[in-house]
Amino acid sequence: MRKGTLRQILLITDGCSNHGEDPAAMAALAREQGITVNVIGILDQGAMDENGRREIEAIAAAGGGMSQVVYAKQLSQTVQMVTRQAMTQTLQGLVNRELKQIFGSDVSLEDLPPDKRGQVMEVVDELGETVALDVLILIDTSGSMKTKLPTVKEALIDLSLSLNARMGENRFSVFIFPGKRAHAEKMIDWTPRIEELSTIFPKLASGGLTPTGPALREAIAYFERKRSLRSWIGDGDEPYIEESSL
Amino acid sequence: MAMSHTSKNRLCNLPPGTVITGKWHGRSYRLLRRLGSGANGVVYLAENGRTRVAVKLSDDYASLASEMNILRRFAKVQGAALGPSLLEADDWQSPFARETIPFYVMEYIEGENFAAFIRRRGKEWAPVLVMQLLSVLDRLHQEGWVFGDLKPDNLIVTGSPPSVRLLDVGGTTLQGRAVKEFTELYDRGYWGLGSRKAEPSYDLFAAAMVMISSCCPGPIEKKGDGRAQLLSIIETDRFLTRYKEVLQKALDGRYRKAADMRRDLLAASSRHTSAENERKAVPSRRSGRQVKRRRQARGIVETVVIAAALLGAYAFYIYWQLAM
Repeated sequence: MRKGTLRQILLITDGCSNHGEDPAAMAALAREQGITVNVIGILDQGAMDENGRREIEAIAAAGGGMSQVVYAKQLSQTVQMVTRQAMTQTLQGLVNRELKQIFGSDVSLEDLPPDKRGQVMEVVDELGETVALDVLILIDTSGSMKTKLPTVKEALIDLSLSLNARMGENRFSVFIFPGKRAHAEKMIDWTPRIEELSTIFPKLASGGLTPTGPALREAIAYFERKRSLRSWIGDGDEPYIEESSL
Repeated sequence: MAMSHTSKNRLCNLPPGTVITGKWHGRSYRLLRRLGSGANGVVYLAENGRTRVAVKLSDDYASLASEMNILRRFAKVQGAALGPSLLEADDWQSPFARETIPFYVMEYIEGENFAAFIRRRGKEWAPVLVMQLLSVLDRLHQEGWVFGDLKPDNLIVTGSPPSVRLLDVGGTTLQGRAVKEFTELYDRGYWGLGSRKAEPSYDLFAAAMVMISSCCPGPIEKKGDGRAQLLSIIETDRFLTRYKEVLQKALDGRYRKAADMRRDLLAASSRHTSAENERKAVPSRRSGRQVKRRRQARGIVETVVIAAALLGAYAFYIYWQLAM
């Protein structure tokens, strides 16, 4: 079984996009390139408006990931749970495809007798523990998100605590949007230690723009850039993509 | 996500009397009542003929399969009941879902929730039950596991004499891996006191937290420096103070083995029991602090202070007697 890298974008936002491409389309594009998109919506109190919720669900569905809407207080636990579950889901997808190759027909975990599922899950659990993971964190810093940024920071540190307890390697990168010059602005380059996030999010002009779609597009591009650079260096660290065989 | 949310809601609210029939083995279980629900499923008390069992249903095939793996492994460990024993695994063709719903059937452990038991029977049970818990954990650790999601809700006190059993194995993780499931309050990572790597000291931190939270009346919520906050909770509680050394050592991750923590807890308990007896025999000893005050106080103030102090000490003594 070839070792690869799981690639995820984690989008943290509190509402609707209002500028640029449809974020769901960009998430679908990410998925085509083997990048899973997870979305977490943060609430102050009360409920999120229906449009915001729908958009969050649509992005995650298109990006092959998970979505969750939570109160700021529950953010830490949610961020790490969503990331882990999405990993399991991706790996399970890969293992399911592997099963299909073995059995020829459309066999998934659900079709196996309960007693056999355990063996498959052991493989998935093992992979989930050892596989390398790249997470690009994309944080909405527009308007009302500002007050939630300290909580977001705490949640991200907690995420790295959870993921760094795994045997596999992790790399995190943090982008915020809207950026000063571009739609999304890089805060932290790929690093295994997210604790570097000690720099406070800079003050940004809140022009009311929430370019979620364009920001996602730039995040995907950043993944690709990293990849081409790495292949240039000659690192054989291939990502898992849709067609890959284990 | 939204879909699975509604189906989970339905799973959590199955009416009593619902019959669940497995599609692979064909056995039926009639649900009696809900026992509890967690992050990845819901557990019902059910009966199959005259046998009472616990049935766990979930919409997550993967996590259910992982849990069953652990229960099967546990079953192979001789001489100690690490978790409930697994009886059967099957899928239910439910009336409200297009797909089948996986479930497994396990032994029903009748008993009382850990926290409720301590509230009802008294704090002095906490160290006793934690010692029992440490014996179980020691065995679990020897087998190469870490329980992970250790908290009062995952512990049940059963039988007479009361003994503690582990319930939900969803967080159980092979040592050296990342802890699969945890609850913030009992997680050393949350308190800033260590990693989430599955190692025995992770469980021992949680065991100390179980003892602290079950003796502490109010809810605990982290504010600022986690370690200082926990130590102050221990120091301000008259009962927990006696176990300060053990608890502090466990919180700091300085125990490598559950057996070591158990030994120290036992020593602290017996030390305090004997100190208690001495104190009962010589009650005048308790006024050591008052002697100092008496020297400083004068006239009426002196009398009032002594009277108040004695009254306080007496109330303290009565409370002590009742609380013990």
